Amino acid sequence: MSEQIKKFMYVNRRAPYGTIYAWESLEVVLIGAAFDQDVSLAFIDDGVYQLIKGQDTAEVEMKNFSPTYQALGDYDVTKLFVEKESLEERGLTLEDLMPLTYEDEDDDWAEKDSIRLVSRAELADIMDEQDVFFSF
Amino acid sequence: MAIEANGKTFETDEEGYLTNLAEWEPAVADAMAAEDDLPLTEEHWEILNFLREYYEEYQIAPAVRVLTKAVGKRLGKEKGNSKYLYALFPYGPGKQACRFAGLPKPTGCI
Repeated sequence: MSEQIKKFMYVNRRAPYGTIYAWESLEVVLIGAAFDQDVSLAFIDDGVYQLIKGQDTAEVEMKNFSPTYQALGDYDVTKLFVEKESLEERGLTLEDLMPLTYEDEDDDWAEKDSIRLVSRAELADIMDEQDVFFSF
Repeated sequence: MAIEANGKTFETDEEGYLTNLAEWEPAVADAMAAEDDLPLTEEHWEILNFLREYYEEYQIAPAVRVLTKAVGKRLGKEKGNSKYLYALFPYGPGKQACRFAGLPKPTGCI
């Protein structure tokens, strides 16, 4: 039985805490990873805050789930597109984000960056290639 | 639901997972294993400790295939396969071992 692999993109537009969207998205990604599809994540608008370094949720009394993004590589989720303009509009750079990596099975398990900085125009092209979107 | 261990009562959910992960102690694993008729050996504990470390680091219980891969990397190839893990935990290395280790049901376990 041959099944067609589809391109799934999870679009994250909201800040990590205050609403449940970011955590729900991450859980759906991890669950969906079992289906062997071509998965990518996009972080745009306030969604870029989900990947920020040094998150501390003690004051907001929510679980700090930012370490879970480090597990995405183990789940073979290796394409995290971060929109350059969204970072710039918030005075952020790549340096402000957690370093996220995966081990490339096809390249002798070399450690590679999962985060890919793309412009709004580039992201639009990538979105154009997708079959399925999940918007959070 | 609840489980008795070490003279104390621990609350569990309807599937037998610990409600408050912070309450976990090794006696809980032994008590749960006794209910499943599965005495815990050193080999079991190696996996349970590994799961607790994984949770500590990533804040999730790994799905079986992720666990299998990670065990192979950390504990050796002869242990990083489902045959070895299912022999230790016949009800599923994800579900059963995570329950014993005081973790929630694995994320991505379907």
